[in-house]
Amino acid sequence: MIEFHQVFKRYEGGHEALKGVSFGLPRGEMAFLTGHSGAGKSTLLKLIALMERPTRGQIILDDINISNVKDRQVPYHRRKIGMIFQDHRLLYDRTVYDNVALPLIIAGVSDRDIPKRVRAALDKVGLLSKERQLPIQLSGGEQQRVGIARAVVNKPPLLLADEPTGNLDPELSEDIMNLFAQFNQVGVSVLIASHDLGLIARMKHPVIALKEGRTIRNELAEVDFA
Amino acid sequence: MSNQKVSTKRASATSYKVSFRDRFRTALKLHKENSIQTLLDILRQPTNSLMTILVLAIALALPSAFYLFMTNAKAVSQSWDGGIKMALYLEDSATEKQAQELLTELNLRPEFEQVTFVSKEDALQEFKDYSGFGDALDYLDNNPMPYTITLEPTASFSDPVALEALAQELAELAQVDQAKLDSDWIKKYNSILTISEQVATFVSLMLALGVLLIVGNTIRLAILNRREEIQVIKLVGATDAFIRRPFLYAGFWYGLIAALLAALMVNVVFVLLKQSTSQLAQLYSSEFSLLGLAPSFTLGLLVIGALLGLTGAWVSVRKHLKDINPQ
Repeated sequence: MIEFHQVFKRYEGGHEALKGVSFGLPRGEMAFLTGHSGAGKSTLLKLIALMERPTRGQIILDDINISNVKDRQVPYHRRKIGMIFQDHRLLYDRTVYDNVALPLIIAGVSDRDIPKRVRAALDKVGLLSKERQLPIQLSGGEQQRVGIARAVVNKPPLLLADEPTGNLDPELSEDIMNLFAQFNQVGVSVLIASHDLGLIARMKHPVIALKEGRTIRNELAEVDFA
Repeated sequence: MSNQKVSTKRASATSYKVSFRDRFRTALKLHKENSIQTLLDILRQPTNSLMTILVLAIALALPSAFYLFMTNAKAVSQSWDGGIKMALYLEDSATEKQAQELLTELNLRPEFEQVTFVSKEDALQEFKDYSGFGDALDYLDNNPMPYTITLEPTASFSDPVALEALAQELAELAQVDQAKLDSDWIKKYNSILTISEQVATFVSLMLALGVLLIVGNTIRLAILNRREEIQVIKLVGATDAFIRRPFLYAGFWYGLIAALLAALMVNVVFVLLKQSTSQLAQLYSSEFSLLGLAPSFTLGLLVIGALLGLTGAWVSVRKHLKDINPQ
């Protein structure tokens, strides 16, 4: 699903966030990305979502070399990826339902399909009863689940999560991780950046550990570059 | 189990694609929703948008008022055109007999439709009646008026340039002191009109530029206000077209509403002026009646207003949306 081949990222100002990262996430696999803050986890996810471009190296997503994706095509690229953030990034002036429906409206899904699909997504994260509420009326864990529902409502083949449990207590964190595992069970590829090492160890999925922009542990060997 | 997993995998891998027909329908629906929503937003927050719309309306009303003024000024001068008359003022020394001879001579010329002799007495009487100095004239010992012959050219001989040459020719005649065309001041009037028109065009263009800048700035503020929202919807795969649509509609509505208001303002001024101008026209025994904004001009004003709003929004959106990217 995702291949990184010797990817470097140097930000303007000289900071080198990634220094030659290579790995391959097979289709339908779930993996964790760990490391201290500043190790390059967020940068790696941003490169996949084309929020940043690599300085050097190749990134292949869904058999497409994303260096070739032009700026105009970036929105279509992002529709293949469901993204989840530590700070949820919800629209706080819209209801839970409207937040989850947003990717469908953007993608141009027909009116008659939207309610069905929004409710299916909300049902999966257990928030069906709260669709009329505003995000601010929900707890942190619930808001994160709204974010997840929004990420999966379009049934993307890949989910990226950046510290999805960063602000949650251990029990809620485990719920959220199990939710990701459930999506993975039905074939979605999942890559989660997290520094919750205890939780990661219990989940028994491959781990990539970053330190200062380099992989210090890589359980997802790089596939041969075709 | 593994079989099932493969099939769902394929389903999930392709389901982010949406059929062209659905996308087209949704685009239409979004246009409808965006246009209505932005209009409601503007109307619902009158304090935010009223100032902008008023400024825009004034900027659009001024050129319209110029235009209305120019149309009327031209209509006035056109009512004079074709009716240019010539007056021959004879020398003081000329006798009535000489005047009558000249009259007969002129009557034979083909250029004139009508040749009228005005005696000294008639001229004095006319002056008394119209000038308002009648009483003062009674104190004069003798009649200061010259013999006058007024000439009305035929319709086929009303070209101002040819008349000018003819006037010069007649002024050369003995007995004739001056030959005056009443087109002289029409010419002056028309050249003043031309200059005013140029000034008005220039000012109108500046005001149109002003409208662009005002709408652009308003939209810029709206974009900055919704910065975070734009970042979020860019993250979930919104195209630039999707993001800019509501802003473009907002600009469109600003321009259109302002143009409507401008048309209203100009019409109010028109109604107020109509009464007093028709009184003035009566004083000049003219049948001139003030022309209002033609429906086609009002329509044009609305179109121009909407286009200016749309263009201003477009420029602003192009410039500022690019700078907002998800972090």
